[in-house]
Amino acid sequence: MLDDLRELYQEVILDHGRNPRNLRKPADANRHAHGHNPMCGDSVVVHATVDETGVIRDVAFEGKGCAISVASASLMTEVLKGKSQAEAKALFTRFHNMCTKDGEPGAGDDADLERLSVLSGVREFPMRVKCATLAWHTLNAALAGNDDVTTE
Amino acid sequence: MSKSAISRRATAPGDNSLAAFDVARVRADFPILLQKVFGQPLVYFDSAASAQKPRQVIEAMSHAYETCYANVHRGVHRMSQLTTDAFEEGRAKVAHFLNAGSADEIVFTRNATEAFNLVATCFASAHMGPGDEVVISTLEHHANIVPWQMLRDRLGIVLRIVPIDDAGNFLLDDYEALLGPRTKLVAVTHVSNALGTVVPVKQVIARAHARNIPVLLDGCQAVPHMKVDVRALDADFYIFTGHKLYGPTGIGVLYGKSEMLNALPPYQGGGEMIASVTFEKTTFKEAPHRFEAGTPPIVEVIGLGAAIDYVLSLGQDAIAAHEHGLRTYAEARLARVPGLRIVGTAREKASIVSFAMDSAHPHDIGTIVDRAGVAVRTGHHCAQPLMQRLGIAATARASLALYNTREEVDVLAQALDSVHEIFG
Repeated sequence: MLDDLRELYQEVILDHGRNPRNLRKPADANRHAHGHNPMCGDSVVVHATVDETGVIRDVAFEGKGCAISVASASLMTEVLKGKSQAEAKALFTRFHNMCTKDGEPGAGDDADLERLSVLSGVREFPMRVKCATLAWHTLNAALAGNDDVTTE
Repeated sequence: MSKSAISRRATAPGDNSLAAFDVARVRADFPILLQKVFGQPLVYFDSAASAQKPRQVIEAMSHAYETCYANVHRGVHRMSQLTTDAFEEGRAKVAHFLNAGSADEIVFTRNATEAFNLVATCFASAHMGPGDEVVISTLEHHANIVPWQMLRDRLGIVLRIVPIDDAGNFLLDDYEALLGPRTKLVAVTHVSNALGTVVPVKQVIARAHARNIPVLLDGCQAVPHMKVDVRALDADFYIFTGHKLYGPTGIGVLYGKSEMLNALPPYQGGGEMIASVTFEKTTFKEAPHRFEAGTPPIVEVIGLGAAIDYVLSLGQDAIAAHEHGLRTYAEARLARVPGLRIVGTAREKASIVSFAMDSAHPHDIGTIVDRAGVAVRTGHHCAQPLMQRLGIAATARASLALYNTREEVDVLAQALDSVHEIFG
């Protein structure tokens, strides 16, 4: 029983779950959105600072939740800094596929996706995919100018 | 249908002594308990969300479809008459189960939620205007919050909320202080679905009735675990659902005193509920039929009747004693899991053990114990205001039922040890 669970709860996830990076509100953030998962009551606020050229200069989050959702939000903030909005959206699509589709090709030479692949264990736990993608959906909403999103 | 008086039952059928409660024999009645989950025997601790069904219920429903089925209250033909008899026998069983004064005081709905919406809509239409107040409590399920909020937004009524203490006790004196000249209805739960608190409903009703305020009780989490006598309580309305009482989904029950029900306008319009229809004017039947527009859940009522027969055959006192022993054991056993905290420690509780752990979020707990075959509910339990009051987003909840055992509690406790092992 523990093997599957160890695959889901890898050390990196436990670490980011316990000590999330970029758990803060940047003073100069100009994109914000609130996301929540009605099923479990988890909620997250994502803040991003996007410059005039469309590059994400800073991204951070606030909120509480399960280990998967907090670790995913934390990892997201680490990989997105310095990306353009278009790159962020493309990465989300690939990450989402990795979390939901069997037989999806590996990260290849995409170092960011490789970094996020610790979350791919959720594929075996369909009820937890929403936890892994909540922060990303919320970021998408923030970039699109929506301030509220749910995973339902 | 004639108003048949239901005699107050002297004793429930079955031997009510705990010694006679043979959980192994009870488990043999529930085919689903043979299922395995991830290779492990299913340990089902989510009966407060929906209970499993005994063979007796499944067979009663199959038997109805195979031997006795037509629409009810319509045909002159034999099959319709037989089905109507079986359907109305289900109503009589519910009336007997609650010790209602008459089967005419039992209204069938789609589920408990529909029953709340029925009362909210019809009661407001008959008795309430802007500024009138409804008293609910912090313990309520969303089904007993949202319909009143919708009325508030539509009609301008005011909601008053009874507080609880940190243990989850309903605060009776604070409740009484909320009752005033504008209070038109008290609507509170009998047993909290999230914490297991048993609300002192007899005193709740007495204090409301002293001011001529009627009381609606949410009995969804009470009827599976204890004898409920609506006349001894003097409840004006009492709601429960079939699927948490080992019966089918798709069937809810609204008990209402005859004079209360007949003072309300119909809920939905259609067939079944009319006395006569012309294009100028329609007259409505008396309760319960005025609230049962359209073809009712016929076989579900028959299944609910079989579920009630089943519970009474085991004996409600015996079930309560079994579950009390199990809950006491579970609370003591789970308290030994490192970092685990029981949420909800009210003086009187029924069959619910809600808990949180320092190291892991309830959602993670749920995923991990699932791999050991254990089904628990995790989340806010459709009681978000209660979670806000307790300052938490969620709990994990083991709800105990008549088919659960101490060995199953041990399986849960061991699985929680592995939560601690992973999250440390």
